[in-house]
Amino acid sequence: MYGNAYIDPNEKPKSIIDGEDPIKLAEFEARIARGEKIEPKDWMPREYRKQLIRMIEQHAHSEIIGALPEGTWITRAPGFKRKLALMAKVQDEVGHAQLLYSAAETLGKSREEMTNDLITGKSKYSNVFNYPAFTWADACIIAWLIDAGAIINQVANAKGSYGPYCRALDRICTEESFHLKYGHDNVVTLATGTPVQRKMVQEALNRWWPPIMHFFGPSDKISNHTEILMRWKVKMATNDDMRQQFLNMYVPKIWDLGLTVPDANLKKNEATGKWDYTEPDWEEFKRVINGGGPCNAERLAVRRMAEERGRWVRNALLNKAEKYVTPLA
Amino acid sequence: MNTEAIKELLYKMADDLLIIGHRNSEWTGLGPILEEDIAFSSMAQDKIGQSQALFQLLHELGEQAPDTVAFTRNANQFHNAQFLELPNGDYDFSLMRHFLYDIADQLRFEMLATSSYEPLAKVARKVKGELKYHVFHANTWITKLGTATDESHARMQAALSASWNYALGMFEEGSFEVQLKTENIFEGESALKNRWLETITPIFAKATLTIPDVKTWEPKLGGRKGYHTEHLQPLLDEMSEVFTIDPSAEW
Repeated sequence: MYGNAYIDPNEKPKSIIDGEDPIKLAEFEARIARGEKIEPKDWMPREYRKQLIRMIEQHAHSEIIGALPEGTWITRAPGFKRKLALMAKVQDEVGHAQLLYSAAETLGKSREEMTNDLITGKSKYSNVFNYPAFTWADACIIAWLIDAGAIINQVANAKGSYGPYCRALDRICTEESFHLKYGHDNVVTLATGTPVQRKMVQEALNRWWPPIMHFFGPSDKISNHTEILMRWKVKMATNDDMRQQFLNMYVPKIWDLGLTVPDANLKKNEATGKWDYTEPDWEEFKRVINGGGPCNAERLAVRRMAEERGRWVRNALLNKAEKYVTPLA
Repeated sequence: MNTEAIKELLYKMADDLLIIGHRNSEWTGLGPILEEDIAFSSMAQDKIGQSQALFQLLHELGEQAPDTVAFTRNANQFHNAQFLELPNGDYDFSLMRHFLYDIADQLRFEMLATSSYEPLAKVARKVKGELKYHVFHANTWITKLGTATDESHARMQAALSASWNYALGMFEEGSFEVQLKTENIFEGESALKNRWLETITPIFAKATLTIPDVKTWEPKLGGRKGYHTEHLQPLLDEMSEVFTIDPSAEW
């Protein structure tokens, strides 16, 4: 599951098509305009490749890091049904990482390089996983609402222009829709359960609401850069549009369960047809994405430890006679 | 039909599967490569599902519901072999345990596929198909890591030596060995152990790993009777943490 790729707002936008062959660029843009998919061996602008690697890589990292907060609840899940379902769900997320690393590899960056960039903190992953899952109810809220947000983003991106990413996303979205049902069923069970269960789930929702609002990222700056990325079908919807879509689909469902959303200003504005809400704390978002969140250090430490402890296994698998082959996608 | 004998057999098998499934699931997100995370999770799901099927048979014999039995007993009421409750350690130990246990488990279910206790025979016939892949996974890795590098060989040999006496403890005899055999329910632990030794010996030869000298064999017994290492109770406390907030609630 994954929110939107984080694009550095300080990046110089005007360099994006500098130095590209105008004829090739025009052909490339015409193909995308006709709805064709771009495949790994096709010509593509430098910046297209760079943005896609960044986006798919961040997505892959988010899947593998996302397995950590939920994974800690596999060993505590209450009863066979929940235990089996959560194991399968988190396994799916790891499987998504595998699919996505392969998709990113088709653009020329190996899984090892991506893993290194993750554990050294060079690459980002979805900010939401830098928050802890305190109780079982937190894991249920993540499975419902974070996965719901991820689906909105991923369904949009599945209509993008890069073939291998779109195909991976189609498969991922099918699996995520089961996660959403699983998460919803869990939350319904708690919300209609004993007073202790209701309290657990309300508290979890209160904790997760700010990260959920952060999930789609800050309002996009309308810039030349964003416009080109949208024309190239790298970026498929603005962060605000996706946030609105999420609120529209899920706030009524949350209210139906008798739960409250911890934002007194949240309401649908009948005049604009959009949801009004308290502006999320974007300073907090920036602080967390730059490493200052409650779990950043722990998440990376766990990943580093797993890499370190597994090194001897990977070394044993290496066959020096074999050449690196980019995966098919 | 000797219900007490069948229950004893079912409890130890179900507890073995539940505990190893739980341990396997601890690898989720932490495996040496993504593909192994996924493999261990698949096996964990199978084990937990198989244990649930056996607890269901116990329920049909008058025991409490599977969730209650699995999530509310204390360590001294568990009958799994001590081997399965040991912490995962590094991947070498986890793989070695996976190999030693899964081969035993596969042979056990093969023997039970023709059991005179038809409900168990039916489960065994289904489970055998799932275990084929677990054993295939284990054999591939043991052979590969036993022979790949000096480090992987040394690690796998150390894991085998550390596992061995615990693994022998899997074949601790119960109170009804004779009855189970006479009634054609199960051939017994001793027959199982012999088949297991016959099966693993050639694979270890291929993996260039050495089974410890027979003079040093000292099976770690007690698990089947409720005596456990200090590792089981914390595992159970963790497993039941949410369920026991309110065992009567719907979760």
